[in-house]
Amino acid sequence: MADRVAIVAVAQTKYEEARPDRRVFELAFEVAERVLEQTGLNNDDLDIRVTCSQDHLDGMGISDVPVSEVLGAQYGAEEKIASDGAMAARYAFIQILSGHYDVVLVVAQCKESKVDQNLVANLAFDPIYHRYLGLDFLSAAAMQANRYMHQHGITPEQCARVVVKSLKNAKNNPYAQRAMDISVEDILRSPVLAYPIRQLDAKPVSDGACAMILVREDRAKRLTDKPVWIKGVGSCYDAFYLGDRELADCDSLAAAAKRAYQMAGITEPLKEIDVAEISAEYSYQELLWSEGLGFCDPGEGGRLIERGVTGMDGELPLNPSGGLLSGCPTHVAGLSRIAEAVLQLRGEAGARQVPGAKTALAHGFVGPCGQLQCVMILGK
Amino acid sequence: MEEKMVFDEPYVAHYQYSVGAVGTKFFTELRDNKKILGMRCPACHLVYFPPRATCHRCLAKLDEWVELSDEGTLITYTVVHYSEPVQPQEPPFAYGLIRLDGADTCICHFLGEVDPESINIGMRVKAVFREKGEGNMLDIRYFKPL
Repeated sequence: MADRVAIVAVAQTKYEEARPDRRVFELAFEVAERVLEQTGLNNDDLDIRVTCSQDHLDGMGISDVPVSEVLGAQYGAEEKIASDGAMAARYAFIQILSGHYDVVLVVAQCKESKVDQNLVANLAFDPIYHRYLGLDFLSAAAMQANRYMHQHGITPEQCARVVVKSLKNAKNNPYAQRAMDISVEDILRSPVLAYPIRQLDAKPVSDGACAMILVREDRAKRLTDKPVWIKGVGSCYDAFYLGDRELADCDSLAAAAKRAYQMAGITEPLKEIDVAEISAEYSYQELLWSEGLGFCDPGEGGRLIERGVTGMDGELPLNPSGGLLSGCPTHVAGLSRIAEAVLQLRGEAGARQVPGAKTALAHGFVGPCGQLQCVMILGK
Repeated sequence: MEEKMVFDEPYVAHYQYSVGAVGTKFFTELRDNKKILGMRCPACHLVYFPPRATCHRCLAKLDEWVELSDEGTLITYTVVHYSEPVQPQEPPFAYGLIRLDGADTCICHFLGEVDPESINIGMRVKAVFREKGEGNMLDIRYFKPL
Protein backbone atom coordinates (compact mmCIF):
# COMPACT_ATOMS: atom_id res chain seq x y z
CA MET A 1 0.00 0.00 0.00
CA ALA A 2 1.40 3.39 -1.02
CA ASP A 3 -0.07 5.40 1.86
CA ARG A 4 -1.60 4.68 5.20
CA VAL A 5 -4.98 6.02 6.25
CA ALA A 6 -5.67 7.22 9.79
CA ILE A 7 -8.84 7.85 11.74
CA VAL A 8 -8.09 11.05 13.66
CA ALA A 9 -11.40 11.79 15.40
CA VAL A 10 -14.66 10.01 16.28
CA ALA A 11 -17.93 11.14 17.85
CA GLN A 12 -21.23 9.50 18.73
CA THR A 13 -24.52 10.70 20.11
CA LYS A 14 -25.92 8.86 23.06
CA TYR A 15 -28.20 6.23 21.54
CA GLU A 16 -31.80 6.66 22.62
CA GLU A 17 -35.16 5.04 22.03
CA ALA A 18 -36.36 8.25 20.38
CA ARG A 19 -34.96 11.74 19.79
CA PRO A 20 -38.06 13.86 19.15
CA ASP A 21 -35.95 16.95 19.86
CA ARG A 22 -33.83 16.45 16.72
CA ARG A 23 -34.49 15.88 13.03
CA VAL A 24 -32.25 13.22 11.52
CA PHE A 25 -29.88 15.69 9.81
CA GLU A 26 -29.59 17.61 13.09
CA LEU A 27 -28.21 14.42 14.67
CA ALA A 28 -25.67 14.27 11.83
CA PHE A 29 -24.66 17.88 12.44
CA GLU A 30 -24.26 17.24 16.17
CA VAL A 31 -21.55 14.58 15.64
CA ALA A 32 -19.89 16.24 12.63
CA GLU A 33 -19.40 19.44 14.62
CA ARG A 34 -17.67 17.48 17.37
CA VAL A 35 -15.11 15.75 15.10
CA LEU A 36 -14.28 19.09 13.46
CA GLU A 37 -13.75 20.59 16.93
CA GLN A 38 -11.52 17.69 17.99
CA THR A 39 -9.21 18.16 15.00
CA GLY A 40 -9.39 21.93 14.58
CA LEU A 41 -10.39 21.35 10.96
CA ASN A 42 -13.03 23.52 9.37
CA ASN A 43 -15.42 22.85 6.54
CA ASP A 44 -13.02 24.11 3.85
CA ASP A 45 -10.49 21.47 4.90
CA LEU A 46 -12.84 18.62 3.97
CA ASP A 47 -12.25 17.17 0.50
CA ILE A 48 -15.50 15.20 0.57
CA ARG A 49 -18.15 13.92 2.95
CA VAL A 50 -19.41 10.33 2.91
CA THR A 51 -22.81 9.86 4.53
CA CYS A 52 -24.66 6.65 5.30
CA SER A 53 -28.44 6.23 5.39
CA GLN A 54 -31.29 4.61 3.52
CA ASP A 55 -34.14 6.32 1.66
CA HIS A 56 -37.01 4.08 2.83
CA LEU A 57 -35.91 4.41 6.42
CA ASP A 58 -35.61 8.18 6.13
CA GLY A 59 -38.97 8.38 4.35
CA MET A 60 -37.66 10.47 1.46
CA GLY A 61 -35.88 10.00 -1.84
CA ILE A 62 -32.21 11.03 -2.11
CA SER A 63 -32.39 11.46 1.65
CA ASP A 64 -28.74 12.52 1.98
CA VAL A 65 -29.38 15.97 0.51
CA PRO A 66 -30.62 17.69 3.68
CA VAL A 67 -27.86 15.87 5.58
CA SER A 68 -25.07 16.88 3.22
CA GLU A 69 -26.21 20.50 3.39
CA VAL A 70 -25.60 20.73 7.14
CA LEU A 71 -22.26 18.99 6.61
CA GLY A 72 -21.14 21.85 4.40
CA ALA A 73 -21.55 20.14 1.04
CA GLN A 74 -23.21 23.01 -0.78
CA TYR A 75 -20.69 23.87 -3.52
CA GLY A 76 -18.71 20.93 -2.17
CA ALA A 77 -18.74 17.16 -2.50
CA GLU A 78 -20.74 14.44 -0.76
CA GLU A 79 -21.53 10.82 -1.55
CA LYS A 80 -24.01 8.52 0.14
CA ILE A 81 -23.55 4.86 0.99
CA ALA A 82 -26.97 3.20 1.35
CA SER A 83 -25.51 0.34 3.34
CA ASP A 84 -23.91 -0.23 6.73
CA GLY A 85 -21.71 2.49 8.23
CA ALA A 86 -18.65 0.23 8.11
CA MET A 87 -19.05 0.21 4.33
CA ALA A 88 -19.08 4.03 4.39
CA ALA A 89 -15.77 4.08 6.31
CA ARG A 90 -14.36 1.47 3.90
CA TYR A 91 -15.36 3.70 0.99
CA ALA A 92 -13.68 6.76 2.54
CA PHE A 93 -10.53 4.64 3.11
CA ILE A 94 -10.48 3.70 -0.59
CA GLN A 95 -11.10 7.31 -1.63
CA ILE A 96 -7.98 8.40 0.27
CA LEU A 97 -5.92 5.48 -1.11
CA SER A 98 -6.95 6.60 -4.61
CA GLY A 99 -4.83 9.72 -4.08
CA HIS A 100 -7.66 12.09 -4.96
CA TYR A 101 -8.66 13.02 -1.42
CA ASP A 102 -6.69 13.70 1.77
CA VAL A 103 -9.39 14.49 4.35
CA VAL A 104 -12.79 12.77 4.42
CA LEU A 105 -15.66 13.21 6.89
CA VAL A 106 -17.84 10.12 7.38
CA VAL A 107 -21.24 10.42 9.04
CA ALA A 108 -24.03 7.89 9.62
CA GLN A 109 -27.34 8.97 11.11
CA CYS A 110 -30.64 7.21 11.62
CA LYS A 111 -33.91 7.57 13.46
CA GLU A 112 -35.45 4.12 13.69
CA SER A 113 -38.21 5.59 15.85
CA LYS A 114 -39.57 7.25 12.70
CA VAL A 115 -41.23 4.19 11.17
CA ASP A 116 -42.06 0.51 11.78
CA GLN A 117 -38.70 -1.17 11.07
CA ASN A 118 -40.32 -4.42 9.95
CA LEU A 119 -42.23 -2.64 7.18
CA VAL A 120 -39.04 -0.99 5.90
CA ALA A 121 -37.21 -4.33 6.05
CA ASN A 122 -40.05 -5.99 4.12
CA LEU A 123 -39.18 -3.69 1.19
CA ALA A 124 -35.72 -5.27 0.95
CA PHE A 125 -37.21 -8.57 -0.23
CA ASP A 126 -38.04 -9.57 -3.80
CA PRO A 127 -41.53 -8.18 -4.40
CA ILE A 128 -42.98 -11.13 -6.32
CA TYR A 129 -41.46 -14.18 -4.60
CA HIS A 130 -40.80 -13.12 -1.01
CA ARG A 131 -42.11 -9.69 0.00
CA TYR A 132 -45.62 -10.91 -0.70
CA LEU A 133 -45.32 -13.34 2.20
CA GLY A 134 -44.76 -10.48 4.67
CA LEU A 135 -41.14 -11.39 5.49
CA ASP A 136 -38.93 -8.94 7.35
CA PHE A 137 -35.42 -9.06 8.86
CA LEU A 138 -36.73 -10.38 12.19
CA SER A 139 -38.63 -13.34 10.75
CA ALA A 140 -35.70 -14.06 8.39
CA ALA A 141 -33.24 -13.90 11.30
CA ALA A 142 -35.45 -16.27 13.28
CA MET A 143 -35.18 -18.85 10.48
CA GLN A 144 -31.40 -18.39 10.46
CA ALA A 145 -31.23 -18.71 14.26
CA ASN A 146 -33.29 -21.91 14.19
CA ARG A 147 -31.17 -23.44 11.41
CA TYR A 148 -27.90 -22.45 13.13
CA MET A 149 -28.99 -23.73 16.56
CA HIS A 150 -30.31 -26.98 15.05
CA GLN A 151 -27.20 -27.69 12.96
CA HIS A 152 -24.70 -27.04 15.73
CA GLY A 153 -26.61 -27.78 18.93
CA ILE A 154 -26.48 -24.15 20.05
CA THR A 155 -28.80 -23.65 23.05
CA PRO A 156 -31.14 -20.76 23.93
CA GLU A 157 -29.08 -20.39 27.15
CA GLN A 158 -25.89 -19.83 25.14
CA CYS A 159 -27.65 -17.15 23.07
CA ALA A 160 -29.03 -15.55 26.25
CA ARG A 161 -25.50 -15.33 27.67
CA VAL A 162 -24.69 -12.91 24.82
CA VAL A 163 -27.44 -10.58 26.05
CA VAL A 164 -26.31 -10.88 29.68
CA LYS A 165 -22.72 -9.99 28.70
CA SER A 166 -23.75 -7.17 26.35
CA LEU A 167 -26.09 -5.40 28.74
CA LYS A 168 -23.60 -5.76 31.59
CA ASN A 169 -20.79 -4.30 29.44
CA ALA A 170 -23.13 -1.50 28.40
CA LYS A 171 -23.21 -0.24 31.99
CA ASN A 172 -19.70 1.08 31.30
CA ASN A 173 -20.69 2.81 28.06
CA PRO A 174 -22.08 6.35 28.41
CA TYR A 175 -23.49 6.16 24.85
CA ALA A 176 -25.53 2.99 25.52
CA GLN A 177 -29.31 3.16 25.46
CA ARG A 178 -29.96 -0.07 27.40
CA ALA A 179 -27.70 -1.31 30.20
CA MET A 180 -28.52 -3.58 33.12
CA ASP A 181 -27.73 -6.63 35.15
CA ILE A 182 -30.01 -9.30 33.80
CA SER A 183 -30.11 -13.08 34.10
CA VAL A 184 -30.30 -15.83 31.49
CA GLU A 185 -33.67 -16.73 33.02
CA ASP A 186 -34.97 -13.18 32.50
CA ILE A 187 -34.16 -13.44 28.81
CA LEU A 188 -35.68 -16.91 28.43
CA ARG A 189 -38.86 -15.61 30.13
CA SER A 190 -39.28 -12.64 27.76
CA PRO A 191 -42.02 -13.03 25.13
CA VAL A 192 -41.23 -14.86 21.88
CA LEU A 193 -41.18 -12.51 18.88
CA ALA A 194 -40.39 -15.12 16.23
CA TYR A 195 -39.28 -18.53 17.49
CA PRO A 196 -36.52 -18.96 18.68
CA ILE A 197 -35.90 -15.19 19.03
CA ARG A 198 -37.32 -13.56 22.16
CA GLN A 199 -37.83 -9.88 22.87
CA LEU A 200 -34.62 -9.58 24.91
CA ASP A 201 -32.62 -11.45 22.23
CA ALA A 202 -33.25 -8.51 19.88
CA LYS A 203 -31.78 -5.05 19.70
CA PRO A 204 -34.08 -2.18 20.70
CA VAL A 205 -35.38 0.54 18.38
CA SER A 206 -32.81 3.31 18.49
CA ASP A 207 -32.00 6.83 17.27
CA GLY A 208 -28.51 8.28 16.95
CA ALA A 209 -25.53 9.25 14.83
CA CYS A 210 -21.79 8.65 14.53
CA ALA A 211 -19.06 10.59 12.72
CA MET A 212 -15.34 10.26 12.07
CA ILE A 213 -12.58 11.91 10.08
CA LEU A 214 -10.21 9.85 7.93
CA VAL A 215 -7.00 11.38 6.57
CA ARG A 216 -3.93 10.44 4.56
CA GLU A 217 -0.87 9.56 6.64
CA ASP A 218 1.00 12.84 6.13
CA ARG A 219 -1.95 14.84 7.48
CA ALA A 220 -2.53 12.72 10.58
CA LYS A 221 0.27 13.93 12.88
CA ARG A 222 -0.84 17.55 12.79
CA LEU A 223 -4.43 16.62 13.68
CA THR A 224 -3.93 14.21 16.57
CA ASP A 225 -1.21 12.64 18.67
CA LYS A 226 -3.18 9.39 18.73
CA PRO A 227 -3.94 8.38 15.14
CA VAL A 228 -5.58 4.98 14.62
CA TRP A 229 -4.57 3.22 11.40
CA ILE A 230 -6.79 1.18 9.13
CA LYS A 231 -4.73 -1.98 8.66
CA GLY A 232 -7.12 -3.99 6.56
CA VAL A 233 -10.68 -4.15 5.31
CA GLY A 234 -12.80 -6.70 3.48
CA SER A 235 -16.40 -7.02 2.44
CA CYS A 236 -18.50 -9.73 0.85
CA TYR A 237 -22.08 -10.29 -0.31
CA ASP A 238 -24.16 -13.42 0.06
CA ALA A 239 -27.01 -14.46 -2.26
CA PHE A 240 -30.17 -12.37 -2.61
CA TYR A 241 -32.67 -15.20 -2.02
CA LEU A 242 -32.61 -16.68 1.48
CA GLY A 243 -33.31 -20.12 0.00
CA ASP A 244 -30.07 -19.96 -2.01
CA ARG A 245 -28.00 -19.69 1.15
CA GLU A 246 -26.91 -22.12 3.86
CA LEU A 247 -28.09 -20.02 6.77
CA ALA A 248 -26.22 -22.02 9.44
CA ASP A 249 -22.90 -20.95 7.94
CA CYS A 250 -21.76 -17.42 7.26
CA ASP A 251 -19.54 -17.87 4.25
CA SER A 252 -19.80 -14.21 3.24
CA LEU A 253 -18.49 -13.08 6.64
CA ALA A 254 -15.68 -15.63 6.50
CA ALA A 255 -14.72 -14.29 3.05
CA ALA A 256 -14.87 -10.65 4.21
CA ALA A 257 -12.73 -11.51 7.26
CA LYS A 258 -10.21 -13.41 5.16
CA ARG A 259 -9.71 -10.35 2.93
CA ALA A 260 -9.31 -8.03 5.93
CA TYR A 261 -6.92 -10.43 7.70
CA GLN A 262 -4.79 -10.85 4.58
CA MET A 263 -4.47 -7.09 4.15
CA ALA A 264 -3.59 -6.64 7.84
CA GLY A 265 -1.27 -9.67 7.96
CA ILE A 266 -3.35 -11.47 10.59
CA THR A 267 -3.11 -15.27 10.66
CA GLU A 268 -4.44 -16.10 14.14
CA PRO A 269 -7.33 -13.69 14.81
CA LEU A 270 -8.09 -14.87 18.36
CA LYS A 271 -4.48 -14.35 19.43
CA GLU A 272 -3.63 -11.25 17.42
CA ILE A 273 -6.78 -9.19 17.97
CA ASP A 274 -7.06 -7.55 21.41
CA VAL A 275 -10.65 -6.31 21.24
CA ALA A 276 -13.54 -6.68 18.79
CA GLU A 277 -16.70 -4.65 18.27
CA ILE A 278 -19.15 -6.57 16.11
CA SER A 279 -22.70 -5.94 14.91
CA ALA A 280 -25.23 -8.43 16.30
CA GLU A 281 -28.87 -7.37 16.09
CA TYR A 282 -29.93 -10.67 17.68
CA SER A 283 -28.11 -12.69 20.31
CA TYR A 284 -27.45 -15.75 18.10
CA GLN A 285 -25.60 -13.51 15.63
CA GLU A 286 -22.73 -12.83 18.02
CA LEU A 287 -22.11 -16.58 18.23
CA LEU A 288 -22.50 -17.22 14.49
CA TRP A 289 -20.44 -14.19 13.51
CA SER A 290 -17.69 -15.28 15.96
CA GLU A 291 -17.42 -18.43 13.89
CA GLY A 292 -17.37 -16.49 10.61
CA LEU A 293 -14.65 -14.22 11.96
CA GLY A 294 -12.54 -17.25 12.84
CA PHE A 295 -12.56 -16.66 16.62
CA CYS A 296 -13.55 -20.33 16.93
CA ASP A 297 -14.36 -23.30 14.69
CA PRO A 298 -17.77 -23.61 13.00
CA GLY A 299 -20.35 -24.71 15.56
CA GLU A 300 -18.19 -23.64 18.53
CA GLY A 301 -19.77 -20.18 19.02
CA GLY A 302 -21.84 -21.37 22.00
CA ARG A 303 -18.86 -22.86 23.81
CA LEU A 304 -16.81 -19.73 23.06
CA ILE A 305 -19.07 -17.58 25.23
CA GLU A 306 -19.53 -20.30 27.86
CA ARG A 307 -15.76 -20.47 28.31
CA GLY A 308 -15.67 -16.72 28.90
CA VAL A 309 -13.27 -16.13 26.00
CA THR A 310 -15.28 -13.11 24.83
CA GLY A 311 -15.94 -11.59 28.28
CA MET A 312 -14.19 -8.44 29.51
CA ASP A 313 -11.54 -10.59 31.26
CA GLY A 314 -11.32 -13.11 28.43
CA GLU A 315 -8.76 -13.62 25.71
CA LEU A 316 -10.77 -11.51 23.23
CA PRO A 317 -13.29 -9.11 24.79
CA LEU A 318 -16.19 -8.86 22.37
CA ASN A 319 -18.35 -5.74 22.42
CA PRO A 320 -17.13 -3.96 25.56
CA SER A 321 -19.58 -1.23 24.51
CA GLY A 322 -22.55 -3.57 24.76
CA GLY A 323 -22.89 -3.63 20.98
CA LEU A 324 -26.16 -3.29 19.12
CA LEU A 325 -28.09 -5.14 21.83
CA SER A 326 -27.49 -2.13 24.07
CA GLY A 327 -28.97 0.14 21.38
CA CYS A 328 -27.64 1.52 18.11
CA PRO A 329 -29.58 2.16 14.91
CA THR A 330 -29.08 0.21 11.70
CA HIS A 331 -26.68 1.93 9.22
CA VAL A 332 -25.01 3.72 12.14
CA ALA A 333 -24.17 0.29 13.63
CA GLY A 334 -20.93 -0.56 11.80
CA LEU A 335 -19.55 2.99 11.99
CA SER A 336 -20.26 3.03 15.72
CA ARG A 337 -18.37 -0.27 16.05
CA ILE A 338 -15.36 1.35 14.34
CA ALA A 339 -15.67 4.42 16.60
CA GLU A 340 -15.66 2.16 19.67
CA ALA A 341 -12.60 0.30 18.33
CA VAL A 342 -10.85 3.66 17.84
CA LEU A 343 -11.61 4.70 21.44
CA GLN A 344 -10.17 1.37 22.63
CA LEU A 345 -6.93 1.85 20.66
CA ARG A 346 -6.59 5.44 21.85
CA GLY A 347 -7.03 4.30 25.45
CA GLU A 348 -10.06 6.55 25.74
CA ALA A 349 -12.75 3.93 26.34
CA GLY A 350 -13.19 4.81 30.01
CA ALA A 351 -14.64 2.07 32.20
CA ARG A 352 -15.03 -0.24 29.19
CA GLN A 353 -11.33 0.04 28.23
CA VAL A 354 -9.50 -3.19 27.39
CA PRO A 355 -6.07 -2.53 28.88
CA GLY A 356 -3.25 -2.19 26.36
CA ALA A 357 -5.37 -2.85 23.26
CA LYS A 358 -3.15 -2.52 20.17
CA THR A 359 -5.15 -4.29 17.46
CA ALA A 360 -8.93 -4.10 17.12
CA LEU A 361 -11.57 -5.55 14.83
CA ALA A 362 -14.79 -3.77 13.85
CA HIS A 363 -17.63 -5.36 11.92
CA GLY A 364 -20.84 -4.28 10.25
CA PHE A 365 -23.48 -5.90 8.09
CA VAL A 366 -26.65 -5.03 6.26
CA GLY A 367 -29.54 -7.05 4.87
CA PRO A 368 -31.43 -10.13 6.03
CA CYS A 369 -29.36 -12.77 7.85
CA GLY A 370 -26.11 -10.85 7.34
CA GLN A 371 -26.28 -10.53 3.57
CA LEU A 372 -23.47 -7.98 3.13
CA GLN A 373 -20.62 -8.27 5.59
CA CYS A 374 -17.77 -5.83 6.24
CA VAL A 375 -14.73 -6.37 8.48
CA MET A 376 -12.11 -3.75 9.38
CA ILE A 377 -8.84 -4.22 11.27
CA LEU A 378 -7.48 -1.18 13.12
CA GLY A 379 -4.18 -0.64 14.87
CA LYS A 380 -2.22 1.89 16.87
CA MET B 1 -43.25 18.30 29.81
CA GLU B 2 -42.12 20.24 26.78
CA GLU B 3 -44.20 19.54 23.67
CA LYS B 4 -42.45 17.45 20.95
CA MET B 5 -44.34 17.86 17.68
CA VAL B 6 -44.46 15.03 15.14
CA PHE B 7 -45.57 15.26 11.51
CA ASP B 8 -47.51 12.14 10.56
CA GLU B 9 -47.60 10.95 6.95
CA PRO B 10 -48.52 7.62 5.33
CA TYR B 11 -46.46 6.54 2.31
CA VAL B 12 -48.82 5.94 -0.59
CA ALA B 13 -47.36 4.60 -3.81
CA HIS B 14 -48.71 1.87 -6.06
CA TYR B 15 -46.07 -0.15 -7.90
CA GLN B 16 -46.45 -2.31 -11.01
CA TYR B 17 -43.66 -4.90 -10.85
CA SER B 18 -43.13 -6.71 -14.15
CA VAL B 19 -42.58 -10.37 -13.36
CA GLY B 20 -40.65 -10.77 -16.65
CA ALA B 21 -40.80 -13.62 -19.15
CA VAL B 22 -39.45 -16.14 -16.63
CA GLY B 23 -41.87 -15.08 -13.92
CA THR B 24 -44.79 -15.05 -16.35
CA LYS B 25 -44.18 -18.69 -17.32
CA PHE B 26 -43.73 -19.69 -13.68
CA PHE B 27 -46.85 -17.96 -12.42
CA THR B 28 -48.94 -19.14 -15.42
CA GLU B 29 -48.07 -22.78 -14.72
CA LEU B 30 -48.68 -22.29 -11.01
CA ARG B 31 -52.04 -20.59 -11.56
CA ASP B 32 -53.42 -22.80 -14.37
CA ASN B 33 -51.84 -26.22 -13.72
CA LYS B 34 -50.74 -26.14 -10.05
CA LYS B 35 -47.20 -26.92 -11.17
CA ILE B 36 -44.07 -25.56 -9.44
CA LEU B 37 -41.28 -24.88 -11.92
CA GLY B 38 -37.59 -24.31 -11.34
CA MET B 39 -34.69 -23.79 -13.72
CA ARG B 40 -31.51 -25.81 -14.23
CA CYS B 41 -28.21 -24.06 -14.90
CA PRO B 42 -26.52 -25.49 -18.03
CA ALA B 43 -23.07 -24.82 -16.56
CA CYS B 44 -23.21 -25.76 -12.84
CA HIS B 45 -26.36 -27.96 -13.14
CA LEU B 46 -27.95 -26.53 -9.99
CA VAL B 47 -31.74 -26.46 -10.08
CA TYR B 48 -33.00 -23.12 -8.84
CA PHE B 49 -36.16 -22.01 -7.13
CA PRO B 50 -37.36 -19.30 -7.63
CA PRO B 51 -36.74 -19.55 -11.38
CA ARG B 52 -34.57 -16.79 -12.79
CA ALA B 53 -32.89 -15.76 -16.02
CA THR B 54 -29.29 -15.85 -14.76
CA CYS B 55 -27.31 -18.21 -12.54
CA HIS B 56 -25.77 -16.05 -9.83
CA ARG B 57 -22.90 -18.48 -9.32
CA CYS B 58 -21.58 -18.90 -12.86
CA LEU B 59 -23.58 -16.13 -14.60
CA ALA B 60 -24.82 -18.57 -17.24
CA LYS B 61 -28.08 -17.81 -19.02
CA LEU B 62 -30.80 -20.15 -17.76
CA ASP B 63 -33.44 -21.52 -20.12
CA GLU B 64 -34.05 -25.13 -19.08
CA TRP B 65 -37.28 -25.45 -17.12
CA VAL B 66 -37.64 -28.27 -14.60
CA GLU B 67 -40.87 -29.33 -12.96
CA LEU B 68 -40.31 -29.63 -9.22
CA SER B 69 -42.19 -31.92 -6.87
CA ASP B 70 -44.86 -30.36 -4.66
CA GLU B 71 -43.21 -32.25 -1.79
CA GLY B 72 -40.02 -31.39 -0.01
CA THR B 73 -38.00 -31.25 3.21
CA LEU B 74 -38.19 -28.51 5.83
CA ILE B 75 -34.74 -26.91 6.19
CA THR B 76 -35.69 -24.34 8.85
CA TYR B 77 -38.73 -22.50 10.16
CA THR B 78 -39.96 -19.85 12.55
CA VAL B 79 -43.27 -19.24 14.31
CA VAL B 80 -44.13 -15.54 14.15
CA HIS B 81 -45.92 -14.04 17.16
CA TYR B 82 -46.11 -10.39 16.10
CA SER B 83 -48.40 -8.71 13.66
CA GLU B 84 -47.61 -6.44 10.69
CA PRO B 85 -50.02 -5.08 8.07
CA VAL B 86 -47.98 -6.74 5.26
CA GLN B 87 -48.40 -10.23 6.70
CA PRO B 88 -51.15 -12.13 4.85
CA GLN B 89 -51.80 -14.31 7.92
CA GLU B 90 -52.69 -13.53 11.52
CA PRO B 91 -50.11 -14.55 14.14
CA PRO B 92 -49.16 -17.02 15.33
CA PHE B 93 -48.19 -18.44 11.94
CA ALA B 94 -45.12 -20.27 10.64
CA TYR B 95 -42.69 -19.57 7.80
CA GLY B 96 -40.49 -22.36 6.48
CA LEU B 97 -37.62 -22.79 4.06
CA ILE B 98 -38.42 -25.92 2.08
CA ARG B 99 -36.15 -27.79 -0.32
CA LEU B 100 -38.55 -29.21 -2.90
CA ASP B 101 -37.64 -32.61 -4.30
CA GLY B 102 -35.72 -31.96 -7.51
CA ALA B 103 -34.47 -28.50 -6.48
CA ASP B 104 -31.10 -27.46 -5.04
CA THR B 105 -32.29 -24.21 -3.45
CA CYS B 106 -35.18 -23.58 -1.08
CA ILE B 107 -38.61 -22.02 -1.39
CA CYS B 108 -39.75 -19.76 1.43
CA HIS B 109 -43.42 -20.11 2.33
CA PHE B 110 -45.99 -20.63 5.05
CA LEU B 111 -46.50 -23.85 6.98
CA GLY B 112 -50.10 -24.82 7.70
CA GLU B 113 -52.34 -27.56 9.13
CA VAL B 114 -49.72 -28.10 11.80
CA ASP B 115 -49.41 -27.48 15.52
CA PRO B 116 -46.46 -25.03 15.92
CA GLU B 117 -45.11 -27.26 18.73
CA SER B 118 -44.84 -30.26 16.42
CA ILE B 119 -42.92 -28.58 13.58
CA ASN B 120 -39.40 -29.93 13.28
CA ILE B 121 -36.48 -29.35 10.94
CA GLY B 122 -36.14 -32.23 8.49
CA MET B 123 -39.87 -33.03 8.38
CA ARG B 124 -41.46 -33.83 5.03
CA VAL B 125 -44.04 -31.35 3.75
CA LYS B 126 -46.39 -31.00 0.78
CA ALA B 127 -47.84 -27.96 -0.98
CA VAL B 128 -51.52 -27.13 -0.56
CA PHE B 129 -52.76 -25.12 -3.54
CA ARG B 130 -55.43 -22.46 -3.68
CA GLU B 131 -58.46 -23.88 -5.48
CA LYS B 132 -58.57 -21.14 -8.09
CA GLY B 133 -55.15 -19.70 -8.88
CA GLU B 134 -54.56 -15.95 -9.21
CA GLY B 135 -50.98 -15.96 -10.48
CA ASN B 136 -49.02 -15.10 -7.35
CA MET B 137 -47.12 -16.90 -4.59
CA LEU B 138 -50.28 -17.36 -2.53
CA ASP B 139 -51.56 -19.81 -5.18
CA ILE B 140 -49.64 -22.09 -2.85
CA ARG B 141 -51.59 -21.54 0.38
CA TYR B 142 -48.96 -23.24 2.54
CA PHE B 143 -47.02 -26.47 3.01
CA LYS B 144 -48.48 -29.11 5.34
CA PRO B 145 -46.78 -32.07 6.99
CA LEU B 146 -46.86 -35.31 5.02
